Amino acid sequence: MNQHFTATAEASGQADAPPQDVVRLVDLKRRFGATAALDGISLTVRKGEILGIIGRSGAGKSTLIRCLNGLERPDSGEVVIEGREISRLGERDLQPLRRRIGMIFQHFNLLSAKTVEDNVALPLKIEGRPKAERLARAAELLDLVGLSEKAKAYPASLSGGQKQRVGIARALAARPALLLSDEATSALDPETTRSILALLRDINRQLGLTILLITHEMEVIRSIADRVAVIDAGRIVEEGPVWSVFADPRSDVTRSLLGAIRPRLPAELSARLLPAAGAETILRVDVAGEAARGPLLSDLAAIVPGPFRLVHGGIDHVQQQPVGTLFLSVPGSDARHLAEVITFLKTRQARVEVLGHVADSV
Amino acid sequence: MSPILFELLLRSIWETVLMTAASGLISLVFGLPLGLALISTERGGIAESLWVNRVLGAVINGFRSVPFIILLVALIPLTRLIVGTSIGTWAAIVPLSIAATPYYARIAEVSLREVDHGLIEAARAMGGNRWTIIREVLVPEALPGIVAGFTVTLVTLIGASAMAGAIGAGGLGDLAIRYGYQRFETSVMIAVVIVLIVLVCGIQWVGDRLVARLDRR
Repeated sequence: MNQHFTATAEASGQADAPPQDVVRLVDLKRRFGATAALDGISLTVRKGEILGIIGRSGAGKSTLIRCLNGLERPDSGEVVIEGREISRLGERDLQPLRRRIGMIFQHFNLLSAKTVEDNVALPLKIEGRPKAERLARAAELLDLVGLSEKAKAYPASLSGGQKQRVGIARALAARPALLLSDEATSALDPETTRSILALLRDINRQLGLTILLITHEMEVIRSIADRVAVIDAGRIVEEGPVWSVFADPRSDVTRSLLGAIRPRLPAELSARLLPAAGAETILRVDVAGEAARGPLLSDLAAIVPGPFRLVHGGIDHVQQQPVGTLFLSVPGSDARHLAEVITFLKTRQARVEVLGHVADSV
Repeated sequence: MSPILFELLLRSIWETVLMTAASGLISLVFGLPLGLALISTERGGIAESLWVNRVLGAVINGFRSVPFIILLVALIPLTRLIVGTSIGTWAAIVPLSIAATPYYARIAEVSLREVDHGLIEAARAMGGNRWTIIREVLVPEALPGIVAGFTVTLVTLIGASAMAGAIGAGGLGDLAIRYGYQRFETSVMIAVVIVLIVLVCGIQWVGDRLVARLDRR
């Protein structure tokens, strides 16, 4: 597992009092037949944070999230929720515990035979609360998710985004300490996804609710997570603050999951790359944090005389931290000039990679 | 049709309605829990118990494989024990109920199994117990199918009740055989057929309307 530098991200989270862990997983293992769905997962979720767990389908994400509320039992290892080990508890002891944990689902899982408000009030009905209290709480939550006017409607008449809002309201009804999100936006279009993620972010900030979400989309992690854990073949391969994982992905899985949302060399250009020297050399320059704040390119031009061109790329912001990838083209005829460019960039904490050479000018 | 025959027809209608309604109600009261027991005890069910599931399934299949006319005769001792006699409308309700219960249990089982497993998982994730899952998820979500299946059961019972004439239960089937067929009273036969068609259509219509109102999917 790779640990990332955490200095700047910690400052934006809780700087004082050591954060309390809502969830602590210790060496969790679960096999299904010959395949290990969870192969020694250790992880903590801190109070008030949004932890994103990302992985390809079949990586073990669903099994992992289901272990947290006892819908799935690990073969070995510990699941500690608010200081209590739950993986050996019986169904009857799990029931009150599950009321402390809200869950939202990819396919919403709303009861079609109940109205929206009855769906939202169901966790309270399970708790045995009186009807007046249930309906008052449902009204309050529907207001929070912006669906007050749909209280008496049935789920079938709602759009996907509205259904997920009802799902979120329902998950919050019993005032949980932790919200589990199981691919909550995977069945939604991009615009609706954004609005649902914004809602989850608001809830996290307003109510201080701890959220653990699993997804296969980096965009989801990027939008709302504070920390990310990358899971592959039942193991955590990488973990850290979102911006630092974005800036410096250590594992191939992370890189490939990031692929879609990080700048890439245009295809027609990468097709022309040659391993041997050519007229121009293409460099990939990754910068993040302080390195991306300074006047990197103008300093390069001032300090290392000679031409270079920006071919592609730019600076992005993840968790208010600049994270950038630049593709530079440097004339390939002068090896010393190229070496100086690379050395300069490295002194500015940039990561530089020679991608290849092109025969003629791009 | 003579006034006497007409009165006989009215009485037969009442007997058929009584037999169908009573045995239908009993099959609902016992068949639905049986259907719930079947899906709850199967593999991955909310109260998984494979041997209970197998025993239940075998008993249900056993009753369902016996032709009704044989069940009618075979159950005479039981009928006598419950009703006090083995002849008449009330006596016919015993074998009709016993035949319809496993039939309805299977129909209910099919509807209950169609409830999305995700909904059961959601209820479990909320901290619901088995009873919550049955009361808040399985039955309400399967209700349209449960009602539609009950309609089918009632229509089947109308047909089966005709055979109950064999143990002197009366009813429309009995009337049609004794008067319409054996005494060549064609008008009785036609009247019985028309009444049966109206009954079946009526039940189906009410059932369909109810399903349409209940179905919120």
